[in-house]
Amino acid sequence: MSGSDIADDARPRLAPHRRLKFDEARKSWTIQAPERVFLLDEIAYAIVSRCNGEKTFAGIVDELCGAFGAPRDVVAPDVQKLVRDFADKGVMEL
Amino acid sequence: MNGIAPPLALLAELTHRCPLQCPYCSNPLALERAGEELETAIWLRVLGEAAALGCLQVHFSGGEPTARRDLEQLVKRASDCGLYTNLITSGVLLDEARLAQLVDAGLEHVQLSFQDSNEAGADRIAGFAGHRKKIETAGRIRAAGLPLTANFVVHRQNLANLDSMIALGVELGAERIEIAHVQYYGWALQNRAALIPARDDLARATAAVEEARGRLKGAVVIDYVVPDYYAKRPKACMGGWARRFLNITPSGKVLPCHAAESIPHLLFDNVRERSLADIWENSEAFNRFRGTAWMPELCRSCERAEIDWGGCRCQAFALTGDAARTDPACALSPDHDVMTNLAAAESTHPPDGFVYRRHSH
Repeated sequence: MSGSDIADDARPRLAPHRRLKFDEARKSWTIQAPERVFLLDEIAYAIVSRCNGEKTFAGIVDELCGAFGAPRDVVAPDVQKLVRDFADKGVMEL
Repeated sequence: MNGIAPPLALLAELTHRCPLQCPYCSNPLALERAGEELETAIWLRVLGEAAALGCLQVHFSGGEPTARRDLEQLVKRASDCGLYTNLITSGVLLDEARLAQLVDAGLEHVQLSFQDSNEAGADRIAGFAGHRKKIETAGRIRAAGLPLTANFVVHRQNLANLDSMIALGVELGAERIEIAHVQYYGWALQNRAALIPARDDLARATAAVEEARGRLKGAVVIDYVVPDYYAKRPKACMGGWARRFLNITPSGKVLPCHAAESIPHLLFDNVRERSLADIWENSEAFNRFRGTAWMPELCRSCERAEIDWGGCRCQAFALTGDAARTDPACALSPDHDVMTNLAAAESTHPPDGFVYRRHSH
């Protein structure tokens, strides 16, 4: 699967025992994962927080286009790249 | 808080007791005894202080942390405080009931150590017949739904089995495999001549890890820690002294890294006497090598000063007798030859017996 495009009907979600958590000390959203911490910027948080296993990839991209007022051909590749990267690291499941 | 960034993680060494006797153990040569260990109430307080200070994760380690009967209480407390909890264990004392209690308490992840890919080799290296039990424990961890990291410490006497170690990790359902070459402090420094691999063998191992990473991408993550005796640049040890990690020993001493007590004349504070925040900000041992001001000119003016953070202070002391010197792992260090010559000479030794990790009597 690695490196391939994510299907429009995929429903990405955090893998078990990965926690999306706001860190008060650093004023940043984070993903807590085994022996790893990922600090999320605003855009990464907007993407990850929508990956709840219910929304489809296409639906998430639609929402983000609306939220950021940006066209699909700009938004989709960024979402694709981030979700694929987290999937390869075992942080997300597709 | 005075511009000092908060730590990311706390390494809680709950006890130095352990049934295994691995000759590269990261515990100090002078092991702390059961009677010196912190009481439960102090650990409960310290875990709260760690979370308030900005720690995000706690790694329960040892020795063998499951030798502490209050481990469940500590995991629960950490979890209640919002800390992400990790258990670093040999797995030989962990039965099904205990694991279920730990999961109920909020445990998120287990790192399970293996000494080799086969039973005879693993039990010889550990000085304890535990390999078979570890395999069972790995199955229980996966059955409980916890993510598993299989940790393999590698060295000259098991490096030839690297491929089968990775295969074992995959077979056990580990989603992360850590291949860590021995780092030469404490017990490992004592056993260096019996452990250090030859340069060519290291290169082959590194290539094998790269191949496996490609093959397993998206399924298993492989973390790889190299020995810096063959490096050109030092590792950013602990992500920089007093930048990311706190280590608390079984008796409550707070260290910037688990080997820091090998450096003489550093004063370590104890959580029995001071708060964790006070120690993080003000402890002499933390401030001694924090940042870049302490560095020799060679390092301070280097473009990698805030990448490597001066490498490893314990290693600088172990090989030069001066903890403030440039890490000899750096090719620019005037002491670099000392390290490369040691590696070349000792790695061509025939395999030696080990000095096993034991309490001195």
